Amino acid sequence: MKLDSRIPSGPIAQKWDQHKFEMKLVNPANKRKHHVIVVGSGLAGASAAATLAELGYAVTCFTYHDSPRRAHSIAAQGGINAAKNYQGDGDSIYRLFYDTVKGGDFRSREANVYRLAQLSVNIIDQAVAQGVPFAREYGGMLANRSFGGAQVSRTFYARGQTGQQLLLGAYQALMKQVGSGAVRLRPMKEMHDLILVDGHARGIVTRDLISGEIESWTADAVVLGTGGYSNVFYLSTNAMKCNVTAAWRAHKRGAGFANPCFTQIHPTCIPVSGEYQSKLTLMSESLRNDGRIWVPRNAGDGRAPNEISAADRDYYLERMYPSFGNLVPRDLASRRAKDMCDDGYGVGSSGRGVYLDFADAIERLGEEAIRERYGNLFEMYERITGENPYGQPMRIYPAPHYTMGGLWVDYNLMSTIPGLHVIGEANFSDHGANRLGASALMQGLADGYFILPYTIGDYIARHAGDPIAPDHPDVAGTVEGVKSRTARLLAMDGNRTVESVHRELGRLMWDNCGMARTATGLRTALERIPTLREEFWEDAKVVGGGGTLNQVLERAARVADFLELGELMCRDALAREESCGGHFREEHQTPEGEAKRNDDGFSHASVWGYTGEDSAPVEHREPLEFEYVTPSQRSYK
Amino acid sequence: MNLTLHVWRQASPDDRGRFVTYEALDVEAHMSFLEMLDVVNEGLEERGEEPIAFDHDCREGICGTCGMVVNGRPHGPWKRTTVCQLHMREYRDGDDIWIEPWRAAGFPVIRDLVVDRTSLDRIVAAGGFISARTGSAPDANAIPVPKAHAERAMDAASCIGCGACVAACPNASAMLFTSAKVAHLNLLPQGRPEKAMRVIDMVLQMEAENFGSCTNHGACETACPKDISVDFIALLNRDYLSAAVGRSG
Ligand SMILES: Cc1cc2nc3c(=O)[nH]c(=O)nc-3n(C[C@H](O)[C@H](O)[C@H](O)COP(=O)(O)OP(=O)(O)OC[C@H]3O[C@@H](n4cnc5c(N)ncnc54)[C@H](O)[C@@H]3O)c2cc1C
Ligand code: SF4
Ligand code: FES
Repeated sequence: MKLDSRIPSGPIAQKWDQHKFEMKLVNPANKRKHHVIVVGSGLAGASAAATLAELGYAVTCFTYHDSPRRAHSIAAQGGINAAKNYQGDGDSIYRLFYDTVKGGDFRSREANVYRLAQLSVNIIDQAVAQGVPFAREYGGMLANRSFGGAQVSRTFYARGQTGQQLLLGAYQALMKQVGSGAVRLRPMKEMHDLILVDGHARGIVTRDLISGEIESWTADAVVLGTGGYSNVFYLSTNAMKCNVTAAWRAHKRGAGFANPCFTQIHPTCIPVSGEYQSKLTLMSESLRNDGRIWVPRNAGDGRAPNEISAADRDYYLERMYPSFGNLVPRDLASRRAKDMCDDGYGVGSSGRGVYLDFADAIERLGEEAIRERYGNLFEMYERITGENPYGQPMRIYPAPHYTMGGLWVDYNLMSTIPGLHVIGEANFSDHGANRLGASALMQGLADGYFILPYTIGDYIARHAGDPIAPDHPDVAGTVEGVKSRTARLLAMDGNRTVESVHRELGRLMWDNCGMARTATGLRTALERIPTLREEFWEDAKVVGGGGTLNQVLERAARVADFLELGELMCRDALAREESCGGHFREEHQTPEGEAKRNDDGFSHASVWGYTGEDSAPVEHREPLEFEYVTPSQRSYK
Repeated sequence: MNLTLHVWRQASPDDRGRFVTYEALDVEAHMSFLEMLDVVNEGLEERGEEPIAFDHDCREGICGTCGMVVNGRPHGPWKRTTVCQLHMREYRDGDDIWIEPWRAAGFPVIRDLVVDRTSLDRIVAAGGFISARTGSAPDANAIPVPKAHAERAMDAASCIGCGACVAACPNASAMLFTSAKVAHLNLLPQGRPEKAMRVIDMVLQMEAENFGSCTNHGACETACPKDISVDFIALLNRDYLSAAVGRSG
């Protein structure tokens, strides 16, 4: 596997412009003859599909949802960053770049992050032009808030529904192209494999979720905007259907998988309430701007929160990190909450929770102001828990939320398979070992609106080949593979439900490859996962047939891939003998319990190559170089 | 608590469908309604029976994927709440619960509680957008938008496209959904240039999709989990009228 990052030469601020100039263009008259497949209609997929169609390409967009508007991007609450400096508080492209590289604990590519910061401003312009109703000041100008540990106010938001509004903007742009016939929309079709011809990505195989039909589709290039894989943990803040199948199938066809162990645990989620729990609900990080986090000073203090006096409370983040307080980055906030609960200070019936308290903010600003800022979140909290957060503190606990790891891509967002491009959360770029709040929306839209539509042109101009006949042996062979795998799943008639296997995998991953990892724990998981996988294929059961809507079959196919991915994550976490960002190896910490990086040994992206069912994956490395931001021990004291 | 469920089962669009009764045992108050169904389904799977098909995804009330009629009410009894956010502390031991799909000509049943709502996407494709070519936008603060207008547009834009309004309407009209999208875009200065075309094209598409017409019942607003107001329907009618006059004149 060759890892050529294709980072343009020259000063960082000019790289992207220079690169755009050097890329080959496709003759506008020829664009409509070139066909691009976009899998995914989230922020990344919808923005890419719409823009490619505007540019003149023939686009087909796939999603397993019934409507593109249901992609999981819809659930993003807090906001989107942009270096607009509308607040005049000293923000700049360079500062956003710097914060993002540092926030990622120096495990991302400088050139990509700089480009992301540059494009952030264009995203806001684009969204406003599309009618995204961002929050505004009374004067009619856009409002901002500070978010996720940033010390400037650069986050744009639409109540607590920023992802929804940005996705509706991209969805509407997409539907305009669908209406005019420039994009063929194929909802309720799930990609199950990638078609390679002469080593290039030339198409996909899908299963229609309603009719069960397995079909092939060919094109000049393929784009995956298929989201993240947090559901490997079973319980996460992701939607129930989020899965790794598209990315994993591409990996098995040769696409390198980078840093699979870089996952983000979000500090502010509603705690688990019972065995039946199906997912976890995020309470936006913006709540940390006004909420104060605490636990009782005395372990096991069973009193109701309002009966515990200030003296008996430990506002531990404010105590440990006086300058950032409750706004420390996610990885720190999560680990400290876990420490508190491990040491017996946790609250709620399970003891796995800490308080997030708004009493002071309500006192200072009034209930109305808090309602205006967070009303919908408070309502959601009350619906789920039956407790009123205006009157008593919320209980929160960390939960799997985002995956920084993903398919490796070069500066052009192309994977190690020529022609296969990967955008949004599905790729590994930009966030390093920890993502800052409000930066995933930014990345997905930068990729989809402003990067991919140009870089893919360079690939097409250089490589577009002849159209591929539907009976081409590589097409037919891939279709056969999907058919036989589906048949094998349908034939499973053991004693365990698919859910029970997924739950067990999730617990294994959470215990051993979650917030804190050890070599011993990772080895335990690495022993158990292959046997669990065997149990799945031998003892799980899939009821129902293949010719209709069959939700058990859908889940089984996804869980089968999670069972393979989980193993790779543990392998990656074991190989990375350091702590960085969200990857915390207990063996590697500073005396204060912070993540201790090992820059001499691990300043690289680990890119795993698939070698077959019965052989171990091979690790390749892309070294990271820091010319502008000197790696330092992150300190938020 | 133990409950008795009467669930609509329909194997395919052509199947006539029927209610089937299931016992839901040991249901906990903290469960969500869909988690209660998950437990019932896992029990069915263990016995080798096909589980109840129902659609859902975010389980946070934002994606608009879930939707079923619970004891005659779209999304169930809680106001401003999708069925995925309904929790079982609403119910008491021994309760009977009737669960059905959205029923509307514009939403054919696919299986059990899952219906086809692609008609709503086609209404959006007809005009529910602002044409703004990527990269052509002026600076975001170039056009100030009064806060009140932005907030009102946001109220309308909060629609999650679930279709409960259609299911609640005696005429199975999609007017509330359509008006929310028209209002969101027509209320903003950026949406003004395409205002007249948008409302006409979207209404024409709505009529082509087998939705009934609006006779001002208001059942849609009551059922809407996002509090979309029928005032937006009045706004649509006003915009439609002036667009129609503009066209003929
Ligand atoms: C609860 C929550 C809150 C968040 N809040 C914020 C926030 O405030 N700010 C921020 O910046 N980020 C936030 N994030 C992160 C951010 O929302 C996501 O990282 C981002 O939206 C992902 O977008 P995407 O386009 O890459 O993927 P998605 O939106 O997940 O879209 C994936 C698409 O791919 C399709 N797909 C996947 N696999 C297949 C397949 N095999 N076949 C066919 N189609 C397929 C799906 O149907 C879907 O259309 C949040 C995330 C969560 C979970
Ligand atoms: S108007 Fe309300 S009920 Fe109708 S689709 Fe939108 S959110 Fe659902
Ligand atoms: S499942 Fe998303 S709104 Fe209910």
